[in-house]
Amino acid sequence: MTAIVRADGLGKRYRGNWALSNCTLEIPAGSVSGLVGPNGAGKTTLLNLAVGMLAPTAGTIEVCGGRPGADAAQLAKVGYVAQDTPTYPGLTVAEHLRLGAHLNPRWDDAVAQSRVDRLGLDPGKRAGKLSGGQRAQLALTLGLAKRPDLLILDEPVSSLDPLARREFLQSLMEAVAEHELSVLLSSHVVSDLERVCDHLVVLVDSEVRVEGDVETLLNTHHRLTGPQRDTSRLPANQHLVSASHTDRQSTLVVRTEAPILDPAWTVGQLSLEDIVLAYMERAAPAGGVPKQATLEALR
Amino acid sequence: MIEFSLDGRSGVSPYLQVVQQVRQALRLGMLRKGDQLPTVKDVVARLAINPNTVLKAYRELERDGLVTARPGVGTFVTRSLTDASFAAHEPLRRELARWLTKARQAGLDEESIEALFSNSFRESARDIA
Repeated sequence: MTAIVRADGLGKRYRGNWALSNCTLEIPAGSVSGLVGPNGAGKTTLLNLAVGMLAPTAGTIEVCGGRPGADAAQLAKVGYVAQDTPTYPGLTVAEHLRLGAHLNPRWDDAVAQSRVDRLGLDPGKRAGKLSGGQRAQLALTLGLAKRPDLLILDEPVSSLDPLARREFLQSLMEAVAEHELSVLLSSHVVSDLERVCDHLVVLVDSEVRVEGDVETLLNTHHRLTGPQRDTSRLPANQHLVSASHTDRQSTLVVRTEAPILDPAWTVGQLSLEDIVLAYMERAAPAGGVPKQATLEALR
Repeated sequence: MIEFSLDGRSGVSPYLQVVQQVRQALRLGMLRKGDQLPTVKDVVARLAINPNTVLKAYRELERDGLVTARPGVGTFVTRSLTDASFAAHEPLRRELARWLTKARQAGLDEESIEALFSNSFRESARDIA
């Protein structure tokens, strides 16, 4: 597997606080990867490190085989659509394309023009007068016409209505099919990512909680329901993700490659959203347990 | 040409849903030998899903010998799943429809009909085995 993004012990500290710590991950080339986590988990920090807008405090990150933002060639390889899909409100659609053509050595004007035509964007209209969905599509057009190897998008659909959201993701997936580019996009809504991603990174409290191929994540996580029991006595090959108990019943989420053999358990399948929520829940335990202790217990 | 749809709540992964829909279309005669499957680009543009999902589904169908990919042209059906039994489908369907009407007239609700059917289905499968 060749990695398009490889981070090793990556960390970023702002004054006293680690916005991202000890982040080690490998995102395969050709994949569409989702970065999920609650607000403030460190998603934007990680993306800004990947494009070279931030420099790491600790560890290393390699993107498309080079150091982010190292030189012009590296910049041309990575496209970035920042949060809220920014455009210049005072510039027209046509002026955005001209700007893109001037600033990007690999600019593909045919791609830009055909997308603008297909989307029905009026070239003479100022970006400030476009709808939210159209503005997002314009930002995506600039990102795609740059012809990057990796396109990074920070919360591209979070402010869009459901229809514009679907249209945006359709455009993005069509571009992936056409240009064979890798994509890394963040969201705090898993349902947005469920269809489009084949690789997932879950970031909680500035740490990577789980990372992997979506199909593998779905196949190796199970919900076990059965009579109350002590979770410290699970088989060694079952990794406990989350647990909740009533006085009679235990409900666990476990990760395991092996089949569940214990007949006392009713085994249920989990959706990707269930899995992500199970990892997020561990970060917010009920009953005021000190955070440090909880994190220790998770390892 | 067929169109795919995805059921987000089925718990079946998108790639398997695509595989199942092709197999079903082959079994029901909606896809025949020589027919073209929708291009990957068409599918992703319609469903907003990852192209790799579609590719994976098509590769599995190809491994099963049902379709073949011609690079730059498209993916084509090479074998149908309808067999000699296909001719029997229509009379069986009519018989089943009559049976369902009878069950409703006897006062069975949907749940009871389904339970009765799946129970009998399992029993007869056991008898054969």
